[in-house]
Amino acid sequence: MRTSPAFRVVRVVLLLLFAVFFFGPLLAMLDFSTRGTNGSRTWAAWANLVEDPELNRAIVASLLLSLFTVVLMLLLLVPTMIWVRLRVPRATRLLEFLCLLPLTIPALVIVVGITNVYQWVTYFLGDHVLNLTFVYVVLVLPFAYRAIESALSSIDATTLAEAARSLGAGWGTVIGRIIVPNIWSGLLSAAFISVALVLGEFTIASLLNYENMQVVIALLGKSDANTSVAASLAAIAFAFVLLLLLSVVGRSRRTEGS
Amino acid sequence: MTTAVSTQTEPAVAFRDLHRHYGEVRALDGLSLDLAPGELVVLLGPSGCGKTTALRILAGLDIATSGTVMVGGRDITHVPANKRDMGMVFQAYSLFPHLTVEENVAFGLKLRGVDRAKRIKRAGEMLELVGLSTQGDRYAHQLSGGQQQRVALARALAIEPAVLLLDEPLSALDAKVRVQLRDEIRRVQLEVGTTTLFVTHDQEEALAVADRVGVMFQGRLEQVAPPTELYARPATPFVAEFVGLSNRMRAEVSEGTARVLGAAVSLLEGSVTQGSGYALVRPESLGVTAAEGDANGRVVSVAFLGPISRVQCRLDDGQLVVAQLTSAGASRLSPDDAVRVDVGADAVLVVPE
Repeated sequence: MRTSPAFRVVRVVLLLLFAVFFFGPLLAMLDFSTRGTNGSRTWAAWANLVEDPELNRAIVASLLLSLFTVVLMLLLLVPTMIWVRLRVPRATRLLEFLCLLPLTIPALVIVVGITNVYQWVTYFLGDHVLNLTFVYVVLVLPFAYRAIESALSSIDATTLAEAARSLGAGWGTVIGRIIVPNIWSGLLSAAFISVALVLGEFTIASLLNYENMQVVIALLGKSDANTSVAASLAAIAFAFVLLLLLSVVGRSRRTEGS
Repeated sequence: MTTAVSTQTEPAVAFRDLHRHYGEVRALDGLSLDLAPGELVVLLGPSGCGKTTALRILAGLDIATSGTVMVGGRDITHVPANKRDMGMVFQAYSLFPHLTVEENVAFGLKLRGVDRAKRIKRAGEMLELVGLSTQGDRYAHQLSGGQQQRVALARALAIEPAVLLLDEPLSALDAKVRVQLRDEIRRVQLEVGTTTLFVTHDQEEALAVADRVGVMFQGRLEQVAPPTELYARPATPFVAEFVGLSNRMRAEVSEGTARVLGAAVSLLEGSVTQGSGYALVRPESLGVTAAEGDANGRVVSVAFLGPISRVQCRLDDGQLVVAQLTSAGASRLSPDDAVRVDVGADAVLVVPE
């Protein structure tokens, strides 16, 4: 479709406005985090990200939380969703309702409800920040469900499963070698969105008295604002890169499949 | 009428009094049927008649409410689908999108632990059989619908199945490809000699490929017979009307003969034995000739269908009938012409009024 010059100008202006809106605060953060005394520039705050032991621990904890959350979420959700789709399709609505429920409950209410459960978790597993994995799996369910559901809907899972079964495949083979390779982009989406969510989570960790990256950043903000802002910017950049990767991978798989 | 067909050798497949109920709905209502080794049997019927249910129960993808399924003399009623040794081609395209054509064909062999070299050789042979030997490195989305179904056929045959199951494999294809692939399926089936159950609602497809056709209606088998017999000697009114076209014409039956349009016609088994009824007369059993004095109807329309034409006539007593003539014969007729309609000597089924 040919576009008029006026339309092209409007498009560029809108794009620039969006860029300023999006990158302005990030540039301001970068500026603030590298600001030294007497107008000089310093990377000391960024060096703190690896040198400050408390922040370092929190970053590692958040990364591990992301990893464990993704693994547990995939282990829990993927077989369940495939099984429901293939064997008990009438349970689809119930599963969807359960998975979307966390979206409708405020984090504060989740914490109030889950505190008692966490006393048992702490009793059995010890008091460790990685215990947050369980509540984070619940937290990412709505987003992960949507991503995987969308990928599953794009293939005729029932026919593929029946074809594989008739050729001699057991259920494990059907799920692992037929369905999963065909919903790979959905799984990546679910994983990346979960990572982004866990890296940015503050409320639940703070209310349950665990120190993840966001909690430590908030604490640092009171004593060392520059490092706090540097850590925030790094987290945003990391999530941004993940989402960018997701987009690239998704596009390359769509091109392969077209 | 439920018909168990006896075969001289031990049947390759046997359905025994198979029932499948979904609540109040009886998808299968006492199906019994034998398939002889190497035979291609087509289950034909309208949507919801139970033909696909029967095939899915044989594949192990559905469970019978009661009854047994035997393959090679072994009861497999409760054997899971992946242990049944069936090759199946589905109505929907079912190639695994993430695998190449060759990997698709070799998939079943890989599951059976066949080594790589043998897998590749066998996949090549199967692709050669279906005329796609040059397409091995392609993916499903790079193939046409007809090619995908050929690959699905090669994949199903690669594992040397005990039974080949074809679940309306041609219904997603356009008319020309359907005919080509239909003939190809029959050629391949004869070449490999695998016992085959083919399900379709397309009677032309069924009559063209089958050794025997089983016509199903409301979960029951109405008749099982070779295509020519099914067409010429339908056992029930449903078969007569579902397979091919039939005119319902008034008839008087007495002493084993029906009188239709004044002509004496012999009766098929299952006809009414006395009194009036409707004779189910094939369009090609009717003759239509231009006439004046002895005319008994008028032409309503003439439909040209290439080598043949269908002539619709209104008889003097108000009955509307369709006759099938050669197009050369039909070319002399025009709407509103006075004509003489005669019934040929083919035996007819007479059903009660």
